[in-house]
Amino acid sequence: MESAVLRTVGLSAYYGDNLVVKNVSLSISEDRITAIMGPSGCGKSTLVRCFNRMHELTPGAKIEGQVFLKEEDVYEMNPITVRTRIGMVFQRPNPFPMMTIRDNVIAGYKLNGIKLNRSKRDEIVEASLKEAALWDEVKDYLHKRGTFLSGGQQQRLCIARALAVKPEILLFDEPTSALDPKATAHIERLMTDLKKTATLILVTHNIAQAGRVSDFIAFLYLGELIEFGPKGRLLTTPKDKRTEEFLTGKFG
Amino acid sequence: MSLFRVRLRIAKDIGFKAMVIVLSFLSVAPLLFILFYVIGNGLSSLNWNFLIEIPKPVGEIGGGIVNSIVGSFLLVIIASLPSIPLGIAAGIYLSEHKESKLTYWGGLAVEVLQGTPSIVIGIIAYLWVVVPMGGFSALSGGIGLGIMMLPMIIKTTEETLNLMPDFLKEAALALGVPYYRTMLRVILPAAASGIMTGVLISVARIAGETAPLLFTAFGNAFMNWNVIKPVNSLPLLIYNYATSPYPEWHRFAWGASCVLVGFVLTLNLSVRIIIKRWKVRF
Amino acid sequence: MEIPLSNKAAILPRDRSQRAESAFQIIILLSALAIVVLLAAIFLSLVLYSLPSLTAFGPSFLVRKTWDPVTGTFGALPFLVGTLLTSFLALLISMPFSLAISIFIGEYFKRGVVSSILKNVTELLAGIPSIIYGFWALFVLVPIVRGFQMKVGIFPYGVGIFTASLILSVMIIPYAASIGREVITLVPSGIKEAAYSLGATRQEVITKVILPYARSGMTAGILLALGRALGETMAVTMVIGNSNRLPHSLFSPGNTMASVIANEFTEATASLYVSSLIEVGLLLFLVTMIINVIGRFIIKKISIGA
Repeated sequence: MESAVLRTVGLSAYYGDNLVVKNVSLSISEDRITAIMGPSGCGKSTLVRCFNRMHELTPGAKIEGQVFLKEEDVYEMNPITVRTRIGMVFQRPNPFPMMTIRDNVIAGYKLNGIKLNRSKRDEIVEASLKEAALWDEVKDYLHKRGTFLSGGQQQRLCIARALAVKPEILLFDEPTSALDPKATAHIERLMTDLKKTATLILVTHNIAQAGRVSDFIAFLYLGELIEFGPKGRLLTTPKDKRTEEFLTGKFG
Repeated sequence: MSLFRVRLRIAKDIGFKAMVIVLSFLSVAPLLFILFYVIGNGLSSLNWNFLIEIPKPVGEIGGGIVNSIVGSFLLVIIASLPSIPLGIAAGIYLSEHKESKLTYWGGLAVEVLQGTPSIVIGIIAYLWVVVPMGGFSALSGGIGLGIMMLPMIIKTTEETLNLMPDFLKEAALALGVPYYRTMLRVILPAAASGIMTGVLISVARIAGETAPLLFTAFGNAFMNWNVIKPVNSLPLLIYNYATSPYPEWHRFAWGASCVLVGFVLTLNLSVRIIIKRWKVRF
Repeated sequence: MEIPLSNKAAILPRDRSQRAESAFQIIILLSALAIVVLLAAIFLSLVLYSLPSLTAFGPSFLVRKTWDPVTGTFGALPFLVGTLLTSFLALLISMPFSLAISIFIGEYFKRGVVSSILKNVTELLAGIPSIIYGFWALFVLVPIVRGFQMKVGIFPYGVGIFTASLILSVMIIPYAASIGREVITLVPSGIKEAAYSLGATRQEVITKVILPYARSGMTAGILLALGRALGETMAVTMVIGNSNRLPHSLFSPGNTMASVIANEFTEATASLYVSSLIEVGLLLFLVTMIINVIGRFIIKKISIGA
């Protein structure tokens, strides 16, 4: 096993009295793409939202167990520090509607009250947009609001925004579910390129997408971690019957 | 069913619709009447001197309403200074802590406060400010008007924030932005147009209020900028002059009504038109 | 663009941001608390300053019909009667009009230029200061009523309960109409379509399906409009005639709770006099509070149900 950048130990998550993630222990390898796969409502999103402590923002949410980022316990750290080190891209593109494209990219600095000088700012904006493969399309419109961009462009803007603060891990919560096939292909290609920059965790209910993009796959069913392994092995020779049933389209 | 009955029902249907239309237009007729009357009677007294002079004693010709305009302005400022921040902060609490007991009681208090007659607010401002300070003042009137503004600002803030999509907050928090910065720098700016609308409409409302000022700001025939002295305001001036026995004072009051109605309606209309353009779309 | 990780900790000073966080929470909590405290303080102040009158007259304050500052006897019955008469009469007069607007905007013409003009005009009507309504009523309505009174041979006061009700009815139409429109649009289209499919005309759907369905919402609208009418001060004060005697007809001059305070508060010097006026204010506060709370409660219930 390669070095684990993120590790959960007996992680359970609740909404009120509803147990949605059951005792999950998982190690995520550095600079790889790990897909968390499973049918809708199996707790995949909740699981990754425990990683960057977004889960606790829902009223009534509860967490048991531990999450380690490198060697640090995430739940001992300041949630704000956790979230700058673990970035997130959401299901629906969510650029800030009242900000320009440039301000969206550096929102992580701006909103935290960090003053950047002009050259530094431009450097970060350009580098992040290039990493998100959006630079060529928007470089002439940086001063405009991002709301006129297409869905796929908006999603890449959100990726640039997450990359700008240099996270170690980037969580993708079904990032293409609101996009058309062409934009989806673009984002998937982008994810494979981003492996060099950060560890990626992709939540998806789409088996094909997990197969195309990821290195490792974790299969989650009804909140339980059923199986975890390299994608080739998991997709071709699943050990568990439930994984096999999911892969053959018996449910989900 | 006989053809006759069907025809009768159709006739009733048409008659009903006609009645609804006629009654609807009849009920907005007063607005037109009042506007025509105010403009018709007031426009003739409007001129530059009317806006920059203070009133003259009975019998003398001329004079103006500048002291009332200044007084109204002072009162609105005194009312807004504490009420806008307090109202917005309370509105944030009510929309962010939906489950809390305080939200339940606070929401109820807002409803009750909004329904409280303005004359009662006048008594309160008298008891709380005029009595301890030993005299009528702009401050007491402003505080009365401020109490009237509060529920309106709280309600619009709460309602506007409730309309803000969750993804905005999530996007900021996931970037590691602290909650208070998320509220102040993401949510409030996105909600600004809605909150501004509420604030400006409440300013229009209190600018026309008379009852809370009768025994607080009291009125003043002279120019006054001092907040602990009585001031005049447009509605007070209209009340005192309209109920006086002198026809030339009535004309004067119509002129002041023209200014007041013009101000209130312009504010109301421009808020509806301009603020819509600013609105952040999601 | 090298921003070393160690910088991030420096960028986000943990203690400072946590202090700001709790300061923010405390500020909004205190602000919300301030509203509750403010309302409680208003109520307590009114009670406290009413005490002299409360102890001097007790419950008889409500049923005594003399209000005489000279002898120091104070009874609020004339104002209670004046308030109830003007408010209910205004409600009665305005009802067909506000109902018509609600149906017009809520059912017949939900969209389009005409309905948006009508909607905006009613909102503007609500925005006109009550002093302007009073002024207009004093110079336009009062002469009309006086002319009518001369024709039918009643003493031509011009001012009085009836005139006050007229101007009040104009003023409450926008409130009742906007609530009426809301509750009419809340009626599910399914039951309307069911009625149409049985061959009902539009008029039948409105009077036999929509209005009965929206009954509780309409009640709430009436209550809230009543709350407005009860507390309305300036317009009423200017045209009601300011008589402290029990009104003997709809055309006689009178006073409402609000108008007597507006008229006499600055003149009142004796402490019992002031206290009696404040007790009238307390009564007004309590009555409008109860009516408003019930009205809002009904509205909340039906909008959750829909």
